[in-house]
Amino acid sequence: MSNALLLIAYFGVLLAMTKPVGLFMARVFSGERTVLHPVVAPVERGIYRLTGVDETKEMRWTTYAVAMLLFNLAGFLVVYLLQRLQRGLPLNPRELSGIEPRSAFNTAVSFVTNTNWQGYYPEITMGYLTQMSGLTVQNFVSAATGIAVAIALVRGFARRSSREIGNFWVDLTRATLYVLLPLSIVMAVFLVARGVPQNLNDYTAAVGLGGETVLIPQGPVASQEAPKMIGTNGGGFFNANSAHPYENPTPLTNFVQMVAIFLIPAGLTYTFGRMVGNTKQGWAIFAAMSALFFVGVAVTTVAEQSGNPLLTDAGASQETTVNGESTPGGNMESKETRFGIAASSLFAVITTAASCGAVNAMHDSFTPLGGMVPLANIGLGEVIFGGVGAGLYGILVYSVLAIFIAGLMVGRTPEYLGKKIEPYDVKMAMLVTLVLPLSILGFTGVAMATDEALASRWNPAAHGLSEILYAFTSATGNNGSAFAGISANTPFFNPTLGMAMLIGRFLMIVPILALAGNLAHKQRATVTAGTFPTTGPLWIGLLVGVILIVGALTYFPAYTLGPVVEHFQMRNGITFSLE
Amino acid sequence: MDTERNTITSGAVATGGSPGGSIREVGLGPDSQGLPPAGQRPSSGDSGKKAPKRNLFDPGIVRPALAESLRKTNPRHLWHNPVMLIVEIGAVITTVALATNIAGDGEEQIWFVAAIAAWLWFTVLFANFAEAMAEGRGKAQAEALRRTRTETLAQVMIGGDRARIERRASADLRAGDLVLVEANDTIPSDGEVVEGVAYVSEAAITGESAPVLKEPGTDIASSVTGGTQVVSDWLVVRITAEPGRTFLDRMIALVEGASRQKTPNEIALNILLAGLTIVFLIVVVTLSPLAEYAGSPASITVLVALLVTLIPTTIGGLLSAIGIAGMDRLVQRNVLATSGRAVEAAGDIDVLLLDKTGTITYGARMAAEFIPAAGVSEAELTAAALRSSLADETPEGKSIVLLAERMGQRADRAYLEGAELVPFTAETRMSGIRRDGRATMKGAIDAVGRIVGTIPADIQEASNRVAAAGGTPLAVIEDNRPLGVIYLKDTVKPGMRERFDELRAMGIRTIMITGDNPLTATTIAAEAGVDDFVAEAKPEDKIRIIREQQAEGRLVAMTGDGTNDAPALAQSDVGVAMNTGTAAAKEAGNMVDLDSDPTKLIEIVAIGKQLLMTRGALTTFSIANDVAKYFAIIPAMFAGAYATDRDDASALDALNVMDLTSPESAILSAIIFNALIIVALIPIALRGVAYRPMSAAALLRRNLLVYGVGGIVAPFVGIKAIDVILTGIGMA
Repeated sequence: MSNALLLIAYFGVLLAMTKPVGLFMARVFSGERTVLHPVVAPVERGIYRLTGVDETKEMRWTTYAVAMLLFNLAGFLVVYLLQRLQRGLPLNPRELSGIEPRSAFNTAVSFVTNTNWQGYYPEITMGYLTQMSGLTVQNFVSAATGIAVAIALVRGFARRSSREIGNFWVDLTRATLYVLLPLSIVMAVFLVARGVPQNLNDYTAAVGLGGETVLIPQGPVASQEAPKMIGTNGGGFFNANSAHPYENPTPLTNFVQMVAIFLIPAGLTYTFGRMVGNTKQGWAIFAAMSALFFVGVAVTTVAEQSGNPLLTDAGASQETTVNGESTPGGNMESKETRFGIAASSLFAVITTAASCGAVNAMHDSFTPLGGMVPLANIGLGEVIFGGVGAGLYGILVYSVLAIFIAGLMVGRTPEYLGKKIEPYDVKMAMLVTLVLPLSILGFTGVAMATDEALASRWNPAAHGLSEILYAFTSATGNNGSAFAGISANTPFFNPTLGMAMLIGRFLMIVPILALAGNLAHKQRATVTAGTFPTTGPLWIGLLVGVILIVGALTYFPAYTLGPVVEHFQMRNGITFSLE
Repeated sequence: MDTERNTITSGAVATGGSPGGSIREVGLGPDSQGLPPAGQRPSSGDSGKKAPKRNLFDPGIVRPALAESLRKTNPRHLWHNPVMLIVEIGAVITTVALATNIAGDGEEQIWFVAAIAAWLWFTVLFANFAEAMAEGRGKAQAEALRRTRTETLAQVMIGGDRARIERRASADLRAGDLVLVEANDTIPSDGEVVEGVAYVSEAAITGESAPVLKEPGTDIASSVTGGTQVVSDWLVVRITAEPGRTFLDRMIALVEGASRQKTPNEIALNILLAGLTIVFLIVVVTLSPLAEYAGSPASITVLVALLVTLIPTTIGGLLSAIGIAGMDRLVQRNVLATSGRAVEAAGDIDVLLLDKTGTITYGARMAAEFIPAAGVSEAELTAAALRSSLADETPEGKSIVLLAERMGQRADRAYLEGAELVPFTAETRMSGIRRDGRATMKGAIDAVGRIVGTIPADIQEASNRVAAAGGTPLAVIEDNRPLGVIYLKDTVKPGMRERFDELRAMGIRTIMITGDNPLTATTIAAEAGVDDFVAEAKPEDKIRIIREQQAEGRLVAMTGDGTNDAPALAQSDVGVAMNTGTAAAKEAGNMVDLDSDPTKLIEIVAIGKQLLMTRGALTTFSIANDVAKYFAIIPAMFAGAYATDRDDASALDALNVMDLTSPESAILSAIIFNALIIVALIPIALRGVAYRPMSAAALLRRNLLVYGVGGIVAPFVGIKAIDVILTGIGMA
């Protein structure tokens, strides 16, 4: 019951905030005035003057893509060097040493690509300067990059006979200044008020329960935590991420963090509808995302609440009431007691539906089916609200495919939002579609045949396969959450996961910008009774169906050898131990 | 097998033979001066019936197609079809695996590998057969056309001199040559009449037996087509086509598929299919190490089987057949498109630009009523109107005679003897007859006014009333005494309103173009049920309207025949030129209707839509099929995954929802289903999916249910059935 109530409350808040946030962003990216303009506009103009950006000059998709790639390359170099050189840099009270090249490469790629996969333990690895001026900065600008690309694609649909899709520098600046910064400031203040640390102090020494001396890490946590959620980054200040009481102290902060993850992605669906001139189009996308979201929440929550039959057989109670007392029940392994089954399951689904990757429980310890949902959420391309910007452009590519496959059935050249879908568009959409299976299944295949990779598993048999599959799924999907149960800071995983992140980010963005450029150039056809309607329940059902079928066809065999067979073996009472 | 029943002929082509046959007799087109009576021209509407009905599995087509399917296994041929190429490579791999197994190096059961290899080859052959069938149907049509293109010896006039005739084979004629064609001669090549008047039978091209009149200097009647025959008199023709580039040559190349290029839509679909094929290739290739890890390694035969069932072989195998068959359906309706692209564009049309005259109405105004002046009896007026029109051979004149006779007057041909006929001239704008000192005339109101001085008020009023109703008033005077007014009315062809309603349901707007005044145009537009009209339109208005519509993102189709239509035909997205039209018009349009039926446009739109729908439906079906195939193959393939000595049954048995007998029979059943479904769907590919005009939303709901949901369910049933049979015959 409390599971359902939490979901209803959560979705109600999300629904209520979608329009205002979306409308605000539509105004920002259309260059209209907003309430923030009196404060932010002078800063924005100052940045353009300093950098010499002409905000009135728009770009073709190729220029836009080059600007985006150069900016990200610069970002990568900065983060890489900050890590390598942090020993000699200030704000390093623990005098942490420079990070070895493969790990530094992995982490730099990870934060630039909005993945925030962390192969290291932050509190014993990263100095404050690296965290603040490297990682936190990327929390903003990698998110802003995603938003910019999404807006460019939306412009592709909205414009007609145009060569330009916007100015990358302007989109990047506006996404940061008007959207990400204000929301993050509000959230950081809220987190500090709820007890999240924000200081540059040395770690606090304390006496543990066993009488031993322990170090309690400190640092500018709130200022990284806020953009971590708002920008669907997910890279924790601490290794335990949002399970750590300093990152996510209470059920209320947990709730706010969950809302923060979906806030911009949900808002962008409205932005999209508004910018293409029909908000119903945006709500249709929102509805398709919601339908997939509810399915995921239902499966994970039920699986987790049902628990593990083997534990019941062993005499452990997984009921929600024991001796008249209310208990969480279900599978509580590696879940925080302050969150319980409901908030942990919901958080897991949200963080993987979006490309956030923050975790408040260990996905590795979920039941097979409960853990398969996060895996599938990422595998589908994180289009269930998804990463900031990435979710929208991802689902719009699915829309193009759905329209093309089924749209022919109305007897016309398929068109989406009045744009005829022609060979070039299908080619770009297919390139995007190929990225996920190529990287996820390709790297997993290689890993499963490599002894060194297999040695990183903490579990044998099907679960071991799931751990490796999850790692490459998470990296390619730029999610960054770890299934855990795998030692990923190794010579095999650091470069391969790093490559997976780069492939999953930029091999996807470039064809999407090409698609945007091609769409913008097209005429917009008038809507008639002969046009495939892309607003009603039929369209929503079709879009959901295509996403599920494409996903199922891609991952069915691999998942069968992972979570699916594990589920049936669990039911048959078959267990394994690491040999 | 039933022929062509589920195609659009039954639905969209409603007008057909008009019930008003007698009306049609007098109906003449707008450009009809000098043409023979309308009855001899190809009548509109019955075109669909003319094409010979061909049985779908006509042995004359099936037998060569079988041979052709073997020839098409050449990889060079399959190169353009990546999906089937993969299947063929798979067939080769399994055949090699079979050889290794027979040689004793393999571990699999030989019968299983042999069966998989055999069925993979069948899959390739079935797809080739589908394509060969479609091509065969086109070839049969081309053969019929080629028979008409007999080599003739043309009489070339050297230097344009009729005295210096040189006989030259028709294949050697160049553009610009002047040839003399006499009665019973076949016109050697496409050209333009420069001298002479003759009747020409175009039966070879149009199937229409009535000859048409050809003469020089008119926009329409001057162009002749190679292969047609002069039946009377003679013509001097200036050849306009270079050798091998005649209309007939192009038509043959087109229906044979020789000049077939992939359309943008087909290319896009091919990219999608190739992309999906790559996805499945990745899935299957990377599955091998995973299966190895799980302790359930998959043999190359099983991996190939999985790959082939997953890639979209159904649509991949039928795709080119669908395209060829779509073109074939068009040709069967006597429409020749210059490219497949034009056929698809027809499905996308948003706006139809229709000439009022000849398309929506019969084009000739017909007498509908006699309105007598004050003090004149209706009989008196009727008799006078009849007399004035006795010698009038124009459709209007004939219709006056008809109406008068229907009102009880008798047409007395004897009256014509010794009578003086007064022909219509541009100056007098009156015509009539003078006999025994009595002059009976009819003409425009203002022309009559000039003769009688002032027009009587009641006649003026009657004429205004007629004009207000969209008709044309004609005054009748006898010895300068006004007797009354004849109400000439333009008649809308029956069934037009229903057609326009259908078009509206499909989301297509109709715009009527007419030179009439706005009053008349409004009346006709309302009667016919068009969405919009442009009155007092000049020829150059068409191109302006097309550009306006296109600027708003609409695709426009139109028909035309005159040279002044050519720019608009070229500008339109689908321009259908009438075969009776000028060479310029035919050159500018992207389709030619051999029946010269302007309403054919509506059928063309339906054929284009049906073509796209067939592709979409079979693509959806093909992809939806994969769900069941996974449930058949995956549990079979991984029966031994992570097996321990503690479990007696495979954990994945739960996924064997079809309860298939053994892993071998499961995989084999999926492969067999995958091959047979191609054959089963050949009829749909060739005929096109059933189509009735309705809104896109309704169509989508229906087709998603049939081909999407059906595509998920059908293979579950089919694979299970095949498995039962295999078990029955002991192959499991």
